[in-house]
Amino acid sequence: MVSLKPNSRKILELAGVPALAIVLGLVVGAIAMVWMGYSPVQGYRGLFAGIFGDSFSFGETIRSMTPLIYTGLAVAFAFKTGLFNIGVEGQFVLGMLAGALVGAALPGLPWLIHVMLAIGAGALAGACWAAIPGLLKGKFGVHEVITTIMLNYVSLILVNFLIRNYFRVTAQEATANVAPSADLTIVALKHLTGGARVHWGILIALLFMVAIAFILYRTTLGYEVRAVGFNPMAAQYGGINVTKNIVLAMLISGAVAGAGGAVEILGVFGRMAVSPVLPGVGFDGIAVALIGNNNPFGVLFGAFLFGALKTGAIQMQYQTQVPYAIIRVVIAGIVFFVATKEMVRWLLRLKRREA
Amino acid sequence: MEPVIEMRSISKVFPRVVANDKINISVAPGEIHALLGENGAGKSTLMNVLYGLYQPTEGDIYIHGKKAEITNPNAAIAMGIGMVHQHFMLIPPMTVAENIVLGHEPRKFGFLDLSRAVERVEEISRRYGLQVDPRAKVENISVGMQQRTEILKALYRGAEILILDEPTAVLTPQEITELFEIMRNLIKEGKSIIFITHKLKEIMAVSDRVTVIRRGRVVDTVRTRDTNPQDLAAKMVGRQVSLQINKQIGVPGEKIMELIDLYALSNRKLPALRGVSLEIRRGEIVGLAGVDGNGQSELVEVIAGLRKAQSGKVMMLGRDITNYTPRKVISCGISHIPEDRQARGLVLDFNIEENMILETYYQDGFANGLILNHKQIEQHARRLIREFDIRPTDEKAFARSLSGGNQQKVIIAREVDGDPELLIAAQPTRGLDVGAIEFVHKRIVGQRDRGKAVLLVSLDLDEIMALSDRIAVIYEGRIVGAVSASEATEEMLGLMMAGAAG
Ligand SMILES: Nc1ncnc2c1ncn2[C@@H]1O[C@H](COP(=O)(O)OP(=O)(O)OP(=O)(O)O)[C@@H](O)[C@H]1O
Ligand SMILES: [Mg+2]
Repeated sequence: MVSLKPNSRKILELAGVPALAIVLGLVVGAIAMVWMGYSPVQGYRGLFAGIFGDSFSFGETIRSMTPLIYTGLAVAFAFKTGLFNIGVEGQFVLGMLAGALVGAALPGLPWLIHVMLAIGAGALAGACWAAIPGLLKGKFGVHEVITTIMLNYVSLILVNFLIRNYFRVTAQEATANVAPSADLTIVALKHLTGGARVHWGILIALLFMVAIAFILYRTTLGYEVRAVGFNPMAAQYGGINVTKNIVLAMLISGAVAGAGGAVEILGVFGRMAVSPVLPGVGFDGIAVALIGNNNPFGVLFGAFLFGALKTGAIQMQYQTQVPYAIIRVVIAGIVFFVATKEMVRWLLRLKRREA
Repeated sequence: MEPVIEMRSISKVFPRVVANDKINISVAPGEIHALLGENGAGKSTLMNVLYGLYQPTEGDIYIHGKKAEITNPNAAIAMGIGMVHQHFMLIPPMTVAENIVLGHEPRKFGFLDLSRAVERVEEISRRYGLQVDPRAKVENISVGMQQRTEILKALYRGAEILILDEPTAVLTPQEITELFEIMRNLIKEGKSIIFITHKLKEIMAVSDRVTVIRRGRVVDTVRTRDTNPQDLAAKMVGRQVSLQINKQIGVPGEKIMELIDLYALSNRKLPALRGVSLEIRRGEIVGLAGVDGNGQSELVEVIAGLRKAQSGKVMMLGRDITNYTPRKVISCGISHIPEDRQARGLVLDFNIEENMILETYYQDGFANGLILNHKQIEQHARRLIREFDIRPTDEKAFARSLSGGNQQKVIIAREVDGDPELLIAAQPTRGLDVGAIEFVHKRIVGQRDRGKAVLLVSLDLDEIMALSDRIAVIYEGRIVGAVSASEATEEMLGLMMAGAAG
C-alpha cells in the first residue's frame, strides 16, 4: 500500500456534477426556446444581462437569492438527520407573519433589538410549526414527508385566516407596516443599485450559514445529528437519543426557515398581505439544498444560481419576449440532472476515459 | 488445462492506496482456489475487479482464454461469474425470495410471479441444502440466513465461477461443513470457486490451491497439499504467528453481572428469550455458545439497552439496570462489540476518528461543553490506529473505504480502549486475519487478567473453547447448561446446542 497524494478527484466530482448539470439544464432550456421559436442566443444574452447587466440587476439577484439561503439551509440541515423537510415552505410563511407582527408592533425600539426580536419571532414561529411533524415522526413514526406537505397548505390557510380576522388594518387584507426601527433596507446600497431591494438579510443569511456549518461540524449536536442521519442504528448503539435528535433537527430547520420568512418581510415587503398561493421559496429551497449537496456552503452557491436565474428571467422576458416559464424549464433540467447524479457521474467518467 | 479465469498483472489504485499491485492469478476448471491475505491485503478489491464492480487501473482478464471486458456486474453474471460479497448486498424490507430473484424475476403477464419465485427458491435451496425461509423479510432473519440467501442468489443466476468472499465468517460450524459439501458438489459439476477465508483450517480442508497476497502483491501460489497452516500464516503475515492461545487459568472473583429470568421478543415479535439466567464474574470469560438464531443476538441487545426486556432483570454490580437506555448502560462500564459491524458498529460515512468517539463524543476531552475538540479527537484516533494496527493509518479515511477486517479493528479498538468492567464481544474476530485474531484474543484475555469480565458470543466453537473459562449454551432462548471450559468437549457442546439437556 503506497500512499498517493490527496485526491483531487473528489473535489472535481463535487463541483463537476453541479457544473455539468447547469450546462445540461441550459441546453434543455435552449432546446425549449428553439422549439417555441425563440433564439436561445438572444434569450440567454437577456438572461445574463438580467443577472449581471447593471448594478440594479445584480442587486435584485442578491435580493432574490437571500430567502433561498435560509430555506436551502433549513432543508439541508434536516436532511443531515435523514429528514426530508418539505414543510420549509409553511415554516417560512409562519415566520413571515410572526416577523410582520413583531416588526409592526413595538415601534421606537433600538434598531438592532427590534430586528433581532422580529427575526427571533419568525424563527420561533417556524420552529413551532416544524415541531408538529417533528413530534409526529419522533413519537409515532409518522413519515415527515406526508405531514409536512399537508401542513404547507394548512399554513397558507391559517395565515390568511389570521390576517383577515385579527391582524388586518383598514380595508386592505394585510398587516400593519413594519416600523422603521425594524426595517432591514440598506439605504445607501439601495441608492447605489438604482433602487434594487438589497437588504441586511443577505448578511444575516451568511451568519446563519456559518452558524449551521459550525453546528454541523464543530458541535456535539451536529455530531449526533449527522450520526442519526447516516446510520440511526449505530447512533442508537452509541447512546445517542434518536428521537430527541429528530425533533431537535426539525426545530432547528423550522427556525431557520421561519427566520428567513421574517427577514423577507422586514427587508422586502414591509408587511404581510393575504395571498392566494404559497411563495414557493421553500420548495425552491429543496432544489437549492440538492444542488448544494446539503452542504451549507454549497447552499450558498445553489441559492445564488436560483436567485440569478429567477431575476435574470424577468429581464429576459422584458428584453427578448422569451417567456419567464423557460427559466422554470432550465431550473427543472438542472434539478433533474443533479438528482440523477449517477448518470452525470457516468458521463464524466466516459469523458475521462476518452481523454 | 486452460484456466477458466486468468487475471494478468492486475493493478487497482485508489486515491490514497494501491490495493492491488500487478497481481497474477489463474483458476483451473473444477478447482477451489483459496485467497489468503491479511486484512486490507486487497482480496476483496481483486474480486470486485473480477466481478466488474471496479475497473482495474491496469491489467487484463481472460475468461476461457479469451480477453474479457467486464465493465459491470451484469457483464460478469452473463459470463457466468457469481459473487457472494463480504458484506451483504440484500434489500432488508424485501423477502428472501424477492432478493434472490431480483433482476431475474420469473414473470406472469409481465408481472412478478411471486409464488413461482418462492417455488424456484425452495427448489434450489433444497438442492444445495441451504436452508432459508423464502417468505421471511431479510430485515427479520439472522445473519447466517442472510449469508445463505446471498449464496442462493448467485446460484440462482447460474454462476459457473463462484466467488465467495469470506462466506464462512458468519456461518456455524455445522453450516460450514454443509457449505463445503456444497462446494465439493459444485466442483464435481465442473464449476470453479474462488474462496476467501481467514481460517487456515478451512483452506486446508477444502481448497486445491492457495494464493497468498500481502499488501497488494502476490507472495506465492501453492498447492494446498504441499503446505501447512504454520507455513501459510508465515507467508501471509511475514512473520511467525502463534496459532495457539496462551492463557493461565482464571481466578473468578465477585459477580459483575447477573441476568435473572429474562424474557424478550425478536424483531418478528416472537419469543426470543424465554427465561435466560446467567452470571458473569470478575476475572472470567464466559463463552455463550449456540446455533445461530437461538437468542444470542437478542440477549446481547437486551443487556446493551437496545431491546426491551419483557420481564426479568439485568443486574450490574448489584444494581438493577434492566431496560436502561444505551447511554446509561455504557456509563455503567459495559462495552459492546456488536455482531454486525456495518449495521450497528460503525457509521460508514464517518471517518475513523469520528467513529472512534461514537459513545464518548460528548465527554470531557472530546468536547468542551457543546464544542468538539478536534485536536483531541484526532490524537485519540491516531493513538488507537497505532495501537491496534489499523490500516490505512489515516484517521481521516472513511470507515466505508476500509477493508472488512480493518472496520472490525476500529470497533474493537473503541470498545476495548475504555477498559470496561464488562466487555460483551459478539463475534469479535469475524473477518479478522490470523495476526489480528491473535491480537484481539490477547486483549480479551488481558481484560480478564486485569479483573474485568467478558461475555464472549461466538458461533465459532474453537474460539469459544479456546478463550472461555466457562461456557454457557443457549438453545431456543434458554441457557440449557453451563460447564467449565476445561471439562467441555466439542461433542458435549454440540449435543447441548442441539437441545439435549447438558
Ligand atoms: N473504495 C475504496 N476507496 C478507497 N480505498 C479502498 C476502497 N476499497 C478498498 N480500499 C483500500 O484498499 C485496500 C484493500 O482493501 P480490500 O477490501 O481489498 O482488503 P481485503 O484483503 O479484502 O481485507 P479484509 O480481509 O479485511 O476484508 C485497503 O487498504 C482498503 O482501505
Ligand atoms: Mg475483504
